Amino acid sequence: MNIHLILQMAADSMPDREAVICGSQRLTYQDLSDAVNSLANKLEGAKKLAYLAETGTAAPVAMFAAALRGIPYVPINYRLAEDQITSLLERVSPALLISDDAPEVKGITKISQVQVFSHVTSWDGFAPDEEGNIAIELFTSGTTGDPKSAILRHDNLMAYILGTIEFMSAEQSQSTLVSVPPYHIAGISAILSSVYAGRRMVQLPNFSPEAWLKLAKQENVSQAFLVPTMLQRIIEYTTSNNETFDLPAMQAIAYGGGKMPHSVIEQAMTLMPHVNFTNAYGLTETSSTICLLDPDDHHDAIQSGDPAVRARLSSVGRPLPAVEVEIRDDDNVPCGAGEAGYVFVRGEQVSGEYHGSGSLLDENGWFPTRDRGYLDDAGYLFLDGRADDVIVRGGENISPGEIEDVLIEMSDIKDVAAVAVADDEWGEAVGVVIVPADMTTLPEIEAIKSHVKNQLRSSRVPTKVKFMEELPYNETGKLLRRVLRDVFST
Amino acid sequence: MQIKAGTKLFSAVCDTQIMVLRVPKDDLDVTCGGLPMQTEEAAEKSLISDNAGEGSLVGKRYVDKAETMEFLCTRGGEGNISVNGVALEIKQAKRLPSSD
Repeated sequence: MNIHLILQMAADSMPDREAVICGSQRLTYQDLSDAVNSLANKLEGAKKLAYLAETGTAAPVAMFAAALRGIPYVPINYRLAEDQITSLLERVSPALLISDDAPEVKGITKISQVQVFSHVTSWDGFAPDEEGNIAIELFTSGTTGDPKSAILRHDNLMAYILGTIEFMSAEQSQSTLVSVPPYHIAGISAILSSVYAGRRMVQLPNFSPEAWLKLAKQENVSQAFLVPTMLQRIIEYTTSNNETFDLPAMQAIAYGGGKMPHSVIEQAMTLMPHVNFTNAYGLTETSSTICLLDPDDHHDAIQSGDPAVRARLSSVGRPLPAVEVEIRDDDNVPCGAGEAGYVFVRGEQVSGEYHGSGSLLDENGWFPTRDRGYLDDAGYLFLDGRADDVIVRGGENISPGEIEDVLIEMSDIKDVAAVAVADDEWGEAVGVVIVPADMTTLPEIEAIKSHVKNQLRSSRVPTKVKFMEELPYNETGKLLRRVLRDVFST
Repeated sequence: MQIKAGTKLFSAVCDTQIMVLRVPKDDLDVTCGGLPMQTEEAAEKSLISDNAGEGSLVGKRYVDKAETMEFLCTRGGEGNISVNGVALEIKQAKRLPSSD
C-alpha cells in the first residue's frame, strides 16, 4: 500500500477542510492534493526527492508527491554544519532537492520552496503499489557516530497509521501544533496521522516557548506533540513570568523523543489539569510510536498510593496493540518481569533497516532497539538508557540513568549526566558532568560521592566530576553523550 | 477470484473502493451491492441488486466474523460488501490517544 492513499482518501472525503497552516499559508485537503499532483509533474526522472528546509507547507506536499511518483522522500537536517550537509547530500545524490540555500553537490538538482507551489499541469498517473517500495529515508541523529540512513517502506508506515488512527476521527474544530522538525520521525508521523485523522496541522518552524504559546492560543490549538525539553522550556517560561496557562482549547499533549524528567511531567499535570498527557516511545526504525503511556495511566499513577503504580509515570507505557516488546539478557534469553536487559520489538511497522547494513531484524522478525529497560508485572516498559551508554566497570554493567536519577535529587544540582571514563584499574569507571543550580557555589565533590554511595553502592561512585554551565543537547532534546565522553578524554 | 494484500477492488454498482489488507489463500467471491467487485473501475455502473444495509463507509476496516480477512474501504458507496455471500462487518478497534 502506498502512503499517498492517506491523502487521496482525505481529499476525497473532506476536500474543504483545512489541512495545514503555516504563517499566512492555509491549505485545504483539496489544495494539498492539487499541490502534490502539480509537484509530481516536476519530479519526472528524479530518483529521490530530498528536502532541506525548516518545517513548512512544502514538507507534506513533498512527502506525498514523492510517494505518488514512487520515489523515496529524504528530509535532511538543515541545522547541520555545511560540510555535514554536503556529505549527506553526496550520499543521497542523484536527487531533486527542495531547498533555498543548499551547497552545490554533484547530481543534486535544486528547486526552491516557492517553485514547489508554482502551478503546472497535474500529473495524471497513479501511485505505484509495489510491495516493498521505499517511502522515506531518514538519517538517524548520530548521537553515537555517523548518521545512518534508515529505510521506511510504505508497508511499515501504513501498518502504523492503520493500526493507530481511525480515518477522519478528528472533530472539524481540532488542530495539532507541529513544532518538531521535518527530518525527525515525529515530524513525518505528525503529517501522516493528522491527514488520516482529518486534524488540521498548525506548523511552527522555529520553536520558542513564547512562539508556541502564542500560536497555540491564536489558532485555538487542541493538540500538540513536544519533546521533553520543549515542555520543560514552556513550563519554565510560564512560571518565571508568573503567567498561567491560558490555553482553553488545548485538550491533549503527547510527548516523546527523549527521557521526560519525573518532576517536569508532574509539574505539567498540575499546571494544566484540563490537558490529557500521553507519553509516546518510538524510534525512527519503528515508524514512530511503539509504546504509549495514555492519559488514564498518567492519572492513575499520580493519584496512586501504590509505589509500583506511581512509578509508572516514569515508564513509557505499554506496547501498541499490533506491537510486541520483549526484553532479553546478554545471552539473548528473554527476561522475566522486573529484570533489565535489551529491548526488542516486533510488528509490521518495524523496519529495522538501513542503507549499507541491511536489515537488523532476526529470523523471527525481532528488532534490537539498542535501548535498555525492563517490563513491570503489568507490562509497562521502563527505559534505562542506550546499550551504547552503559558503563562497564570491571565486567559490571552500570546504567548512567541510575546515577543520574539519584544525583538530580540534590538541591544544588540542576542537571547531570553520567558517562564512562577510562580507568586503569577497572577498564571503565563513572564520570559525571554536573550543571550546578548556581555556578558561583559549586556542590562539594565529596558530598556528591557520598550521596551516590549512600543511595546506591560504592561501584557507582564517580571517580571524575566536572562542572558545566549546561549539558550538550541536540535540537530534539537528545543528550550528546559522545561530546561528554570527549570532555573527559581530553 | 484469487486476491492478495494490496489489491484494489472497485464496485460495479456504486462508488465503493476497497483495499485488501489480508486474506486467506482461498478463492474468494467479493461482491458489492450483489455484483462481483472488479480490479478496474467500470466506466458505467450496473444497477444495484442488493441494497440492504447501510452501504460501505470510507475509512472503515471490514472483516468477516472470524477475522480471517480484512479490507480497508478507501471510498464509500451505497453497496454492501460481502464475501462468499456473507456480509462483512466493520472492525471495532480500540481508540488510542493521539501520539503525534
